Amino acid sequence: MQAYLDNNATTQMDPKVLEAMLPYMVEMFGNPNSLHKFGTKTHPALRKAIDQVYAGIGATDNDDIVFTSCATESNNWVIKSIWSDMMQHGDKNHIVTTEIEHPSILATCKYLEEHCGVKVTYLPVNEQGIVEAHTVKSFITDRTALVSVMWANNETGMIFPIKEISEVCKEKGVLLHTDAVQAVGKIPVNVADMDIAFMSFSAHKFHGPKGVGALYIKNSRKLTPLLHGGDQMGGRRSGTLNVPGIIGMGMALEIATTDMAKKIADISAKRNKIEDALLKLEDVFVVGDRANRTPNTILISVRGVEGEGMLWDLNNAMIGASTGSACASEDLEGNTVMLAIGADNELAHTGMRLSLSRFTTDEEVDFAIKTFTEGVHRLRAISSSYAKVQPTEGGEVRECELHHH
Amino acid sequence: MAKTDILGESLWDAYSNKVTTLMNNPQHQGEIFPEEVEAHGTKLIVADFGAESCGDAVRLYWEVDPKDDKIVNSKFKSFGCGTAIASSDVMTELCIGKTVQEAVKITNIDVEFALRDDADTPAVPPQKMHCSVMAYDVIKKAAGMYLGVDEATFETEIIVCECARVSLDTLQEVIKLNDLTTVEQITDYTKAGGFCKSCIKPGGHEDREYYLEDILVDTRKEMDEEKMKAAADAGSKGDFETMTLVQKIKAIDAVVDENIRQFLVMDGGDMEVIDVKSTEENIDVYIRYLGACSSCSSSSTGTLYAIEAALKEKLSQKIRVLPI
Repeated sequence: MQAYLDNNATTQMDPKVLEAMLPYMVEMFGNPNSLHKFGTKTHPALRKAIDQVYAGIGATDNDDIVFTSCATESNNWVIKSIWSDMMQHGDKNHIVTTEIEHPSILATCKYLEEHCGVKVTYLPVNEQGIVEAHTVKSFITDRTALVSVMWANNETGMIFPIKEISEVCKEKGVLLHTDAVQAVGKIPVNVADMDIAFMSFSAHKFHGPKGVGALYIKNSRKLTPLLHGGDQMGGRRSGTLNVPGIIGMGMALEIATTDMAKKIADISAKRNKIEDALLKLEDVFVVGDRANRTPNTILISVRGVEGEGMLWDLNNAMIGASTGSACASEDLEGNTVMLAIGADNELAHTGMRLSLSRFTTDEEVDFAIKTFTEGVHRLRAISSSYAKVQPTEGGEVRECELHHH
Repeated sequence: MAKTDILGESLWDAYSNKVTTLMNNPQHQGEIFPEEVEAHGTKLIVADFGAESCGDAVRLYWEVDPKDDKIVNSKFKSFGCGTAIASSDVMTELCIGKTVQEAVKITNIDVEFALRDDADTPAVPPQKMHCSVMAYDVIKKAAGMYLGVDEATFETEIIVCECARVSLDTLQEVIKLNDLTTVEQITDYTKAGGFCKSCIKPGGHEDREYYLEDILVDTRKEMDEEKMKAAADAGSKGDFETMTLVQKIKAIDAVVDENIRQFLVMDGGDMEVIDVKSTEENIDVYIRYLGACSSCSSSSTGTLYAIEAALKEKLSQKIRVLPI
């Protein structure tokens, strides 16, 4: 038995997606920008994929959806090109974003701060792990060029009030970008009724292939390209089209958004079963209201059990999960999202994220509950947090002597 | 960055079998209860280090025989990752049978070494090396409690890099001896800063009292000062070759004043020292003739030899005089 519960990191490709892609690797391998038939033979399938992606997010014919290599590229593109279009020679100098964005937003903003003198406001999140529209509003100034707020968070699954934030941005006349990587394909995403200028998303998060992302651009707004070169995609993004990737993305998004209400109900039922079972363990808590969370995600804190230690036990039992906490990541910091929501510092190292998909089975759910519970019991038996004998005189810890953060 | 870094190594794959085995099944996990110790007539020491909020915490238990200060039993409890648990386990193992005075000499290096499968392969990847430091810290604390002394007294030197246990003295010495100019070189020579990286500069996962970047700057500054002082000393002792440029020019001027200038002035000319350039083989003294000398035919022959001979005799055989 094994269970993959790390679907916010990446997902398995749907076999139907692979099936749609396969003819475009060996048989119809042509370059769609060639004049000959080897190239143009790919056009019908690409047109279909483009239609599928437009329909999948509710884009209109006046909008652009430019295919990129990943959402990291899409995010970099928006932030860097807003700088060159509006800040480098313009009168704007400010970006508003949040503390818990993906590194491709945070690191790009830091880069502009250090090298280009851009001012960036990193908004803190509330105890639910989201930023409210009025908070965004209060930080927009005359010189703000862009607001960049994620649609849903990767760690907690918490869904941001993007519609309200888009209204605030419209009222203030500021462009809104949203990193919708964790939303597209998981929850209904419709850009038609919102004022979102740019939206990034990625195929491999909804059972499509890796190496293909997209940037939605409302009303075909001008945005200096990130990749200069040939004239592919109307000159917006150069580089030979990833034909199978784009076809796979179209198919994956169509499948994900078909009968979406039912898919959401199925996944959240399984997610809730795990969550309810784990909440029966003592001294645990789950971040964020279920009703406002992506249906597949649980971020649970287990007192006395360090995140990487727990991940180790799950991995031994062939369960793939994740933690943003201390030991697992290079920088050895606490889970940034947990710290941002104001959780006690000690909980920042006890977070475990389980993220399901529509391929998660009932057996895997039961297996995960059993394995997780066993892991908690084993590690709590070792844990100093649950020891009975207290330190003898002088042996107490006065404060965190290790990391002073 | 090179080929091996493109994909990078999986963290857990870099663990030794011993780390893996002990994480899965720690041998000394547990507690020593006051009742047992009372029955044995021994002394119980229980010390905490770290906290959940740090991401790592360990509680060390020692049962010590007060007759000979010997640790007859030891156990641990740990909140932490695999490396932290395995390090704690090995730490207790290393303590058992030693006296408190011996145990306090156990360092994180010993703990990491005991976790190795073979002597040449590190037990954990660099960023995990720090986990064993806590084992060392908690031992010192327990020993301080037992002996009734401040744990700081066990540390005779200032440790800048805990992971590799490199002291401030060692760092300063190595920088000076090898004329190191970058932190990367320091890491290559001493391993300091090669593991958890906290000691390189502020902002790492732990605040430090000393950082390699500052130590490098301060030591280089000290080296420059020493060099200048040495040059000044040498100058006052008349060792021409080790003098600074300014000292050299002054010394040359002094020789010229004493031996040459009067003859040049008598003929309606003069000279000035423009520059001095030193190489391994030569010290080139660039001069410019002034007044009548600049058009005198002897200025490139007889006069020049006279100037060079005087400088060679008085200052250094390496001197060449070059008129420009």
